[in-house]
Amino acid sequence: MRTKYAVKQISVFLENRRGRLVDVTKAFLDADINIRALFLADSSEFGILRLVVDNPEKAKAILVSKGFAANETEVFAVEVEDRPGGFYRVVKVLADNEIDVEYTYAYAGTSNKAILFFKVKNEEFDRAIEVLMENGQNLVEAVKFYE
Amino acid sequence: MTLKKKDYIPKEELQALQLKRLKETVERVYHLVPFYRKKFEEAGVRPSDIKSLDDLKRLPFTTKQDLREHYPFGLFAVPLEQVVRIHSSSGTTGKPTVVGYTEHDLKIWTEVMVRTFLMADVNEKDVVHNAYGYGLFTGGLGFHYGAEALGASVVPASGGFTKRQLMLMKDFGATILCCTPSFALHLSEVAKEEGYDIQKDFKLRAGFFGAEPASPGLKKAVAESWGIQYVEAYGLSEIIGPGVAATCEHGSLHVFEDHFIPEVIDPETGKVLPEGEEGELVITTLTKQALPMIRYRTKDITVIHREPCKCGRTLVWIEGIKGRADDMLIVNGVNVFPSQVEHVITKVEGVTPNYVIVVDKKGVLDKLEVWVEVDERMLTDGVGTLENLKKKLEVELLNNLFINAKVKLVEPKTLERSMGKAKRIIDRRELNL
Repeated sequence: MRTKYAVKQISVFLENRRGRLVDVTKAFLDADINIRALFLADSSEFGILRLVVDNPEKAKAILVSKGFAANETEVFAVEVEDRPGGFYRVVKVLADNEIDVEYTYAYAGTSNKAILFFKVKNEEFDRAIEVLMENGQNLVEAVKFYE
Repeated sequence: MTLKKKDYIPKEELQALQLKRLKETVERVYHLVPFYRKKFEEAGVRPSDIKSLDDLKRLPFTTKQDLREHYPFGLFAVPLEQVVRIHSSSGTTGKPTVVGYTEHDLKIWTEVMVRTFLMADVNEKDVVHNAYGYGLFTGGLGFHYGAEALGASVVPASGGFTKRQLMLMKDFGATILCCTPSFALHLSEVAKEEGYDIQKDFKLRAGFFGAEPASPGLKKAVAESWGIQYVEAYGLSEIIGPGVAATCEHGSLHVFEDHFIPEVIDPETGKVLPEGEEGELVITTLTKQALPMIRYRTKDITVIHREPCKCGRTLVWIEGIKGRADDMLIVNGVNVFPSQVEHVITKVEGVTPNYVIVVDKKGVLDKLEVWVEVDERMLTDGVGTLENLKKKLEVELLNNLFINAKVKLVEPKTLERSMGKAKRIIDRRELNL
């Protein structure tokens, strides 16, 4: 279950310096890596760029070779209808089952579907997937994001 | 007497030898170096006044400034014909300081370096990788001659070229590493990046680290990253180069006091401090011919200990050099040594021992910033975790140094790595005046 739904998210530590986002994304362009989703969490002095890409292993290797501090975290993805209540129904299931969301981000594409990414505590990962499936939520297999 | 036994001679015998040599040195400099004669006369002391080791404190101090003012050879006690080697500092902070050696001085230097190496029982089976700079800097050749005299195989790698150094260390099977502690850490970082397996690919068992002050945390980080015995090798070119003191297996920095007498003084008043009190280390050479030094102020901060060490050596010992009087920052009236900052940083998990201290002036107040690299291995994807790490460091700095410092977390491997002595301070206060 877990291997099927655990999406490898790359997190990159970035100082708030001009040009650092350019450096990361240029490295991806040069290596032909496509970013499927991203979220930048920032404080006043540094940020953490969280990325879902089509080739996480390659992306991580590229980042490390370019001197970036990057690591990998497992998140899961849920596909919902792109209309009011989509996000609500997913977090409600998690909350009802006392699973805390550490962070989440989403994207809505051109279709009528939206994808939500969730990070929960490692030990609650499996249970989160189970309860969402039991409640009829549409989890997205990790391979869908890769090539 | 074998060289190793020199570290164990009975205290009375050692003191009798010191007194004899001190008297000879004082006589020599008084008659051969006009600078010393003048200084002694000003201080109202004659060589015949030196009757006991305690009389040492009657003699005037010598400083780096004195060496500069007598550049290049003004303090030499022998004619240049007898000088067989000349070394010099880089002179980045003024005129360079020049030091000379007679053939006899080089023998002494080799002897104290052999005794340094014996702290880790270095022998003819060892391969000594010497990454101290060769050239005018005394580090390279000092370690070189000591290791060679022991019959070890010496690799004169000198500084720089980190990746090539690692290749040589692996291929030649280096068992002993000699370099600055910051370079040793840099080597281990690069080794990991390059995909070496430190335990399998290298045979290092001990390292001789010096030329810059290192906190207990940095020493531990170096020892653990390589899995080796850490020997602090202390010295300064004005005295002889490396080989003034070295740490035994109990971490006591033993001074080879049959050649060098250490004292610790209050840097403000010049008064000799009792055992156990922190102050500036002052050294008098007892056997040097070309450039004898009377009560040379090292600017290094330490504590002297006379109680017997568990290793059995009768030599006096000092604590690892805490910092340099001239590296001391005064931030809003509080004395701060980089090594204190380093000590705090190396105690907190999640950051590397690489740091830079930046001092600025904001209005009338000094502003201290400490830049620290996030440790990749500890990196999480949570901003909160990193914010907590930053706060924790700030609290620790306040508790240990009694100053408010702002911590800035920077990306791993972005702070400058030094090939020699690490540069830890950026003082921008003067620029803002």
